[in-house]
Amino acid sequence: MSGTVYRIVWAPGSDRLHGTCHCGAEHDADDPVEMWQWLLAHPDHAAAAADGRAR
Amino acid sequence: MTDFVRNQWYVAAYSEEVGEPLLGRTILAEPIVLYRTQDGTAVALGDRCVHRRYPLSLSGRDGDRIVCGYHGFTYEPSGACVSVPAQTRIPRTARVPAYPVVEQDSLVWVWIGDPDKADAGTIPRAPWLSAPGYTTVRGMEPLAARYGLLVDNLLDLSHETYLHGGYIGTPEVAETPITTEVDEGAGIVHVRRRMKDVECPPFYAKSTGISGRIDRWQDIEYHPPGLYLLHSRIAPTGVEPGPDGDDSAACHAEIVYAITPETATSTLDFWMVARDFAVGDEEVSDYLAKSNHTVVMQDVVALNALEKVIAGEPDGYQELSINIDTGGLAARRLLRKLAGS
Repeated sequence: MSGTVYRIVWAPGSDRLHGTCHCGAEHDADDPVEMWQWLLAHPDHAAAAADGRAR
Repeated sequence: MTDFVRNQWYVAAYSEEVGEPLLGRTILAEPIVLYRTQDGTAVALGDRCVHRRYPLSLSGRDGDRIVCGYHGFTYEPSGACVSVPAQTRIPRTARVPAYPVVEQDSLVWVWIGDPDKADAGTIPRAPWLSAPGYTTVRGMEPLAARYGLLVDNLLDLSHETYLHGGYIGTPEVAETPITTEVDEGAGIVHVRRRMKDVECPPFYAKSTGISGRIDRWQDIEYHPPGLYLLHSRIAPTGVEPGPDGDDSAACHAEIVYAITPETATSTLDFWMVARDFAVGDEEVSDYLAKSNHTVVMQDVVALNALEKVIAGEPDGYQELSINIDTGGLAARRLLRKLAGS
């Protein structure tokens, strides 16, 4: 593995996705499109999360 | 539509398909003729005579040369024309493209793009296909569907439950959550589904001889655009790999797909199943070859139908994606990135 890995874990027993960016930032969502937008916004995760809430 | 990704290696054929006869294949809309020279080297040339575009794959050979079956233009393995009919002067432009070729892991890889950028070291490996201790069954089905549909299909195996029930699908496949990782630096998508104490589908029950409940792992490793690996582990439930990594108590099937775009709306679907169990058992080989062919044909029918749906709909259709699509969305993004769009 290279040092740039995005990880999304679908928590067993739930519909929630837990994302971890290669920078260590973490985020929960219930939509993979929103989750990828948040991850790929690196390093602007905070702005992406705000956009997610606005939808 | 997912665009073609150029400057990449694609599987053009199995090694066993390339020999004395001329084999025509189309890759990324480029017609290619494949053959093997007398010293065993695989060659890939443009499959259109420079004269009147006659397919060289429908022509004949003179030693290592191809002689066009229409007017006799004769080509070296380098692509250079060395003879034309009834005159001594050979036009300077009389040459067909020669594609870089690498044979590895029983696959014939062809570079589509700028030949100066071809680096054999970037070809992803599938060593089980020719490694001692493994037996492989394989086939190829032409798909009347764009390659992106096959990528979608393979990255989301929850469809096994519905499309392949009675073969490789069981209810637990669709019910089990996945973990998705994208190695951005290496350009690889990993999707992992680990099922514990689940039903063993007929595909594995009959081939491994395991009766009763199993632990089943599906670890996908997609190397966009052209190679997909599914590391499948099947073991009686509770049997875990040893602390030293020894996993000899489990059965392993390495499911390999080479995804080769043919045209914008057709694909060469190379499928392979390598296994480390019952390696010398012909009955198991026959069963797995027949069963996997059936599974592939179920996909072919479904994806061909989807291609017709997509071709007939207006642009801008809004799809719905849910959790099972997390890996497929990642693959689509990497393909767009590679295509430069």
